[in-house]
Amino acid sequence: MTRHVLWAACAVASFAAAHASAEIAPTAVAFDETGAVATSLTGTPGNPEEGAKIASSRPLGNCVACHQVSALTADFQGDIAPALDGAADRWSEAQLRGIVIDAKHTFPDTMMPGLYKTGPFIRPGDAFTGKAAPADLAPILNAQQVEDVVAFLMTLKE
Amino acid sequence: MTTRLRATTLAAAALCAGLAAPAFADPVEAELVINDDITIKTVAPAAEHLKGHLDTVYSGWLFREDETRAMTMDDFDNPNMVFAEQALEVWATPEGTQNKSCADCHGAIEEGMKGVRAAMPKINAAGDLWSLENYVNDCRTNRMGAEAWKWNSQDMKNMTVAISVQSRGMPVAVEIDGPAQSHWEKGREMYYTRYGQLELSCANCHEDNYGNFIRADHLSQGQTAGFPVYRLKDAGIVSIHQRFVGCIRDTRAETFAAGSQEFIDLELYVASRGMGLDIEGAGVRP
Ligand code: HEC
Ligand code: HEC
Repeated sequence: MTRHVLWAACAVASFAAAHASAEIAPTAVAFDETGAVATSLTGTPGNPEEGAKIASSRPLGNCVACHQVSALTADFQGDIAPALDGAADRWSEAQLRGIVIDAKHTFPDTMMPGLYKTGPFIRPGDAFTGKAAPADLAPILNAQQVEDVVAFLMTLKE
Repeated sequence: MTTRLRATTLAAAALCAGLAAPAFADPVEAELVINDDITIKTVAPAAEHLKGHLDTVYSGWLFREDETRAMTMDDFDNPNMVFAEQALEVWATPEGTQNKSCADCHGAIEEGMKGVRAAMPKINAAGDLWSLENYVNDCRTNRMGAEAWKWNSQDMKNMTVAISVQSRGMPVAVEIDGPAQSHWEKGREMYYTRYGQLELSCANCHEDNYGNFIRADHLSQGQTAGFPVYRLKDAGIVSIHQRFVGCIRDTRAETFAAGSQEFIDLELYVASRGMGLDIEGAGVRP
């Protein structure tokens, strides 16, 4: 997804309901009271194989920094957070989408970062450069990448 | 500790469901004796001000692998010592418009610098909180008429290592009340602030998750009593502020500068979390 498309998605936010293909911008995501997000961000089904790659990659999801996932071959998986094996047995797709977008709606005060969130942040930086973030700081994952990760999580059944 | 407890509970639930539970890797049980001579306290009951946060404080030394730990135990194997030697030459070399050396005012480094590192950062005569680097540069510019060294320059790192060696085995002795108190409070606030796009505080990693792994990194309590440290990966010495820069950068945040007042305040607070530990002068990291 290009920034251009994201921008366009914001511009047409009020018509989003009428446009099946329009993306939901980070600031327009609707969480329910449990932190779940029922509506797909893109309307395009996620690709679980892409999701597996994103979950293993440091600049992207880097889920394995904190979680162990037996289904992934990534080395040095962290143990800060619960293992994700069986996640799809414990959570619905809507709940998993909400957790990936911004887990703080599901677990207040959690250490888990919001992957589809553009602020407000304290001293946001430009990725890992240590420099100040640009005004139009992009979320860590784009909308389709979130859907891909959710599709991957939905394969984690015991 | 609430996050840690919750994560552990969830992990325990996962274990009951027959899943692989994360291996909890505690600090090792080992004694740090340098040169078969100086015993360093690497475990201590936490200071009163950490009540409800930590019960016990641990040196970062206890979280490293056997080989890395061994390098701190013998000066022949400790890569810091080559640089400390270089600093000893500089200590005795006159410089600047006053043509004076450190030794001219402070005498032998073993005498003149004993215990200095253990009390840093410290309030100066003008009432400001200064780190060891500030004091070194104050002597260079105002007493020797020489150029200030940059915070993370090789000269500065060599000298802070050599000075830290003179506090070996002495307990962390920072003052946190009186004129230092407001700095200490600012540092504490920073410690619990969730910076950056990843919204992580120092406490998220070093209070709630020490002993756990974040990817390949075995998290310690982020103590500074072993600093400066020689980092094998960088083949160089890492200052306290340099480490802070790295940690804040890793939260996808805009960092503060080495030598900034913010980092001096944070340095005081982090040092105070190590009260009870001894200064190592100087540690080795992978
Ligand atoms: C910096 C650490 C960190 C990162 C990175 C991280 N998480 Fe989490 N995650 C947590 C923690 C901690 C929890 C436990 C919730 C709490 O705080 O109580 C959690 C909980 C979860 C849960 C619910 C736990 C369960 O029962 O299975 C899911 C699902 C999840 N994370 C998925 C992900 C995915 C997918 C990614 C990457 C796109 C990711 N996490 C990245 C820390 C992290
Ligand atoms: C995303 C996780 C994370 C955050 C947040 C974080 N650190 Fe660290 N820190 C690390 C890792 C990983 C290391 C290297 C392993 C270790 O010693 O914990 C480290 C090391 C350190 C060390 C060196 C310890 C030693 O013995 O070598 C200090 C000091 C430190 N951190 C202080 C801080 C401070 C102060 C903050 C907040 C400004 C902070 N850290 C935030 C991950 C983090």
